[in-house]
Amino acid sequence: MEVGQMQRQWVDYTKSLFLEGFLDGQFLQLQQLQDESNPDFVVEVVSLFFEDSEKLLNDLTRALEQPTVDFKRVDAHVHQFKGSSSSIGAQRVKNACIAFRNFCEEKNTEGCVRCVQQVKHEYYLVKSKLETLFALEQQIMAAGGSIPMLELNF
Amino acid sequence: MLACNCIEPQWPADELLMKYQYISDFFIALAYFSIPLELIYFVKKSAVFPYRWVLVQFGAFIVLCGATHLINLWTFSIHSRTVAMVMTTAKVLTAVVSCATALMLVHIIPDLLSVKTRELFLKNKAAELDREMGLIRTQEETGRHVRMLTHEIRSTLDRHTILKTTLVELGRTLALEECALWMPTRTGLELQLSYTLRQQNPVGYTVPIHLPVINQVFSSNRAVKISANSPVAKLRQLAGRHIPGEVVAVRVPLLHLSNFQINDWPELSTKRYALMVLMLPSDSARQWHVHELELVEVVADQVAVALSHAAILEESMRARDLLMEQNIALDLARREAETAIRARNDFLAVMNHEMRTPMHAIIALSSLLQETELTAEQRLMVETILRSSNLLATLINDVLDLSRLEDGSLQLEIATFNLHSVFREVHNMIKPVASIKRLSVTLNIAADLPMYAIGDEKRLMQTILNVVGNAVKFSKEGSISITAFVAKSESLRDFRAPDFFPVQSDNHFYLRVQVKDSGSGINPQDIPKLFTKFAQTQALATRNSGGSGLGLAICKRFVNLMEGHIWIESEGLGKGCTATFIVKLGFPERSNESKLPFAPKLQANHVQTNFPGLKVLVMDDNGVSRSVTKGLLAHLGCDVTAVSLIDELLHVISQEHKVVFMDVSMPGIDGYELAVRIHEKFTKRHERPVLVALTGSIDKITKENCMRVGVDGVILKPVSVDKMRSVLSELLEHRVLFEAM
Repeated sequence: MEVGQMQRQWVDYTKSLFLEGFLDGQFLQLQQLQDESNPDFVVEVVSLFFEDSEKLLNDLTRALEQPTVDFKRVDAHVHQFKGSSSSIGAQRVKNACIAFRNFCEEKNTEGCVRCVQQVKHEYYLVKSKLETLFALEQQIMAAGGSIPMLELNF
Repeated sequence: MLACNCIEPQWPADELLMKYQYISDFFIALAYFSIPLELIYFVKKSAVFPYRWVLVQFGAFIVLCGATHLINLWTFSIHSRTVAMVMTTAKVLTAVVSCATALMLVHIIPDLLSVKTRELFLKNKAAELDREMGLIRTQEETGRHVRMLTHEIRSTLDRHTILKTTLVELGRTLALEECALWMPTRTGLELQLSYTLRQQNPVGYTVPIHLPVINQVFSSNRAVKISANSPVAKLRQLAGRHIPGEVVAVRVPLLHLSNFQINDWPELSTKRYALMVLMLPSDSARQWHVHELELVEVVADQVAVALSHAAILEESMRARDLLMEQNIALDLARREAETAIRARNDFLAVMNHEMRTPMHAIIALSSLLQETELTAEQRLMVETILRSSNLLATLINDVLDLSRLEDGSLQLEIATFNLHSVFREVHNMIKPVASIKRLSVTLNIAADLPMYAIGDEKRLMQTILNVVGNAVKFSKEGSISITAFVAKSESLRDFRAPDFFPVQSDNHFYLRVQVKDSGSGINPQDIPKLFTKFAQTQALATRNSGGSGLGLAICKRFVNLMEGHIWIESEGLGKGCTATFIVKLGFPERSNESKLPFAPKLQANHVQTNFPGLKVLVMDDNGVSRSVTKGLLAHLGCDVTAVSLIDELLHVISQEHKVVFMDVSMPGIDGYELAVRIHEKFTKRHERPVLVALTGSIDKITKENCMRVGVDGVILKPVSVDKMRSVLSELLEHRVLFEAM
């Protein structure tokens, strides 16, 4: 595939991510921060996010498996997760976290367990999407092209 | 006895005589030998005998004498030369020893005699000591009795118990037959029998107080022996046969009893005494001993002390009861007052609204009416209506203000304002009124008066306006001058304001305003009344000034709230008067602009696009969010250091860092505490980096917390590049930030 086509594909894919609500404006901001001095900024940040999230999700699952659930801890983890996801612009994950926090406040174990599942689901979705996106970017770079600037009018 | 001449018998001696001599010599020898033995025996028995040497000598002497006589036995008949030799030797020795003994005795006998004298002396001494021992023992006994009595007497604070116990104990200790106490009556002219030992209820005997025997007792503080026939001692009905025992009387000073009783007594200055009478048992040979008298005196003194204590206690108990009653009454009064105040406040609150609403309607509609087509007459009427209703509205406001001021519920609205413009406005407002009266108004603002100040602009203007308004009101002609300047510390301590002690500080200054008029002046006697509400002097009232008398009272309250002082001076009627007040205002932080934190205005002018080399610090415990913020700032050209812990930040922070971004929505980490600590670390404002809080939500609590700890700005996460850019611009220009959404 030639560069132009790949670039178009990349643009469409990114647009779809935005339209489907996986990502929001914050992700655009991240992309704006990427420049010559910081060429891999987005990838770095997103990888950091993946690492953090894996850990957080494990902690969350374990915390909810305890016989007596420590809702404070669970809430703390969710808060962290919400922060990270909103910094990235992972909109759906962020929303799931918000719902999660409500259940934590109500100390509703069942609700929390359901939320964890939901959050996990969203996270893995957005992770695979982003990984696909980055793979595309790699291909474009390998073919000697450059990542086009996105102009999105919301 | 010792001269024994043993002559050799020349003739054959008489056989009988010879025999007798023989026997006598034998017995003498025996005696002579036994005496030393006895001596030795008895001396050995006795423990002390100082003259052993003498004894030996004496013994030797006696033994030798005995030996001589013994040997003599052999010389009665023909004897050999040996016997003669022995005899001679014995005699010689005896002679020597006897002479020696005789010489010794010259020394010894006087000594022995003096021993006897010493013995006599010691015996006398011993007898004396015995006597003294007896005395001491008696004294000690007495002391013990006194202590015991005192203890009994002082163990109670009840007057009657004290006196009764005294009598009982005395009676017991001294084995008295009767013991009585005579107390002075209320009139002080008689002594009344109050307590006796044996009789349960003493009949009310009284004796006049000025009997000679009583005077005698009262005049000395010793126990005095009195006759058993004196009226005070005639307590017992004795059958004629009995010889009454000796009677002693002692005075008991009633120390301060008179001071504590009801003060309607004629004589309080004379010392008053009670009389204690003690009687020994009749028909006993007992006499009053010195130590017993001493005992009685001491007891009388102790009783006096105990009585005064009891009296003091009674008094203090009464006083305490009185205080409690007063306390209760005061409490009740306070609660009633509080209820009244609450009722009044409620009333005012309701009336406030109720009065203002129609007032408002009247004023609004009258002004509207004024705008319409009216005849001249109608216009005049409408103007009068408007003027009157404005006056009424002002009156209502004044009354409400004052009541709020008195409650202490009024709080100043502190804000930064333009001080110079306040004066200008007042000047502008008063000029038209003054020019109608042909008064000239001059305004002098000192050069060093700050342009901006922090305080309650509205109330300050109200105060100045009131003072200047009064000046205009009460001047018929002349000029009014208004001066405003910063009060220096020496002039702050004004003798006219003796209890006003202003404290200079870096953040505040004292504004001094003086309004001088050349009007009708005030009588110096009326000056204190000026600031009391609703009080108007006659002169003012007759001039129909149209004021409610509240103006100055309100001004004074405002000035006091602003930690200042206001006073008026006047030389007298017709000589004008000067009103001065000093108030405390704050220095604004930036003199050119009155920028407030958290004012929701956005100034988009002059936004820097890049901030090369700007050193900033970012603290966020969320790794992702931290790296995003870091990237963001790096993109804008800043030199970013990112930390995740408070301690790390405090470690790294220095004066070079211009801005610190900290996340305050971290659970478990107190970002606010960090702000406080940064403030502590950098006390000077220009050294401290600008503090910006990043938070996921801007709610009231977050805002309040941020303001409380002294954060300069708040940004809602997530931050966009443009937002960060404008934030940084604003911060660097003004060091203060509005809310950035």
